[in-house]
Amino acid sequence: MARVTRGFHGRRPQVDPDRVPPGQYVTRDFPVLSAGPTPHTPLDKWTFAIRGAVEKPASWSWEEFVELPSEVFTVDIHCVTKWSKLDTSWTGVSLDTLLGQAEPTGKFVLAFCDGGYTTNLPLADLIGGQAWIAYEYDGQPLEPEHGGPARLLVPHLYFWKSAKWVRGIELRDHDEPGFWEGYGYHNYGDPWREQRYWSD
Amino acid sequence: MRRPAVVWRYGTVTALIDENPHARTIELDVPGWPGHTAGQHVDVRLTAEDGYQSQRSYSIGSPPEDPRVALTVERIDDGEVSPYLTGELRMGDELELRGPIGGHFTWRAQDGGPLLLVAGGSGLVPLMAMLRHRAARSSKADTRLLVSARSLEDLLYRSELEALAASDGLALHQTFSREAPKGWTGFARRIDADMLSSVGPGPASRPRIFVCGPTAFVERAAELLVQLGHDPSTIRTERFGPSG
Repeated sequence: MARVTRGFHGRRPQVDPDRVPPGQYVTRDFPVLSAGPTPHTPLDKWTFAIRGAVEKPASWSWEEFVELPSEVFTVDIHCVTKWSKLDTSWTGVSLDTLLGQAEPTGKFVLAFCDGGYTTNLPLADLIGGQAWIAYEYDGQPLEPEHGGPARLLVPHLYFWKSAKWVRGIELRDHDEPGFWEGYGYHNYGDPWREQRYWSD
Repeated sequence: MRRPAVVWRYGTVTALIDENPHARTIELDVPGWPGHTAGQHVDVRLTAEDGYQSQRSYSIGSPPEDPRVALTVERIDDGEVSPYLTGELRMGDELELRGPIGGHFTWRAQDGGPLLLVAGGSGLVPLMAMLRHRAARSSKADTRLLVSARSLEDLLYRSELEALAASDGLALHQTFSREAPKGWTGFARRIDADMLSSVGPGPASRPRIFVCGPTAFVERAAELLVQLGHDPSTIRTERFGPSG
């Protein structure tokens, strides 16, 4: 148990503690965190691809992608930099829809993005209604600084796993660290177990 | 190389320096500190008597050569952690922290130059760690710093920057976005393409670029640098969201 910090009482915002993972605080803003400049890929050059260890590699243009069955969903998101944002509303295509057509054989996924960002996840965390490729936030096109035109959304893991500017996922037989995972962040990143850094 | 485990440690406050009316440097002696690279940050955790805790991240301003760890914290008035750190914390107090964290927004003297550092407000903190490291290693790497502050009073580390300005290969530029000092002949506006061009170095020399500050500042600076022809992969950013 941590020792008491002299003179600290805390402001204790009024939030439901069951919705805020350890070490997180709730914000109403939507902070931005990225490692480099915001890419701006024109929609007519944009594609989303599923490649690697799959029976049927697949790729969609922007026009094809937004014609896929989409879902509107409301989730809480948790960034490793400590902020959580509750009840965020998105529109996107479920990974179940996308992966169903590709027939994966590998058990691990590396998401890849404009700007060179990558992140790794187990395939099991992307299926069963747990993950989407989101292209609207609050009913509006997703802003570039928040990952638009489209980002991965995996709300049950820390938000760096919800890769911005995502352009596809690569199925793999073996797990390999992505961008932040290679810089000492946790390989899995469960906010409820406070898996921020590799040794957590 | 095995990374040191990121474990909580207790540091003791050895110095408190008011840098401007809303930012304070906290120098800590942290037994067992594994060392850091310029540009990295730490997590700080405060614990109330009933066990309630609050955590935030702060950039390290001290260079790796310094035995102490120095953080510079800007006060967010309606925040929870920064008002404590900038107001209540006293000499000799114990502070729980862990790190160092991050490995992308970092520079080592052996990485060399040219280097372009662009800071908005308290975004200067991790870049100051790089400048202090550069000085500690007597690096002559071509380095340009552009720091944007609202006014002279808001500029962090003012006298130290003045002293560093005489270093070989280092060019310091300031811009005051709200109020320039009397008689000031330098930049007195928000950063723009002309300003970044004249600070240099140009894209042809492929500088390593580090941009740190509030989100809107970083978005703007990074966008302008890409438009000037800098390869996006040479631009590393660290953004400060509102972080109380």
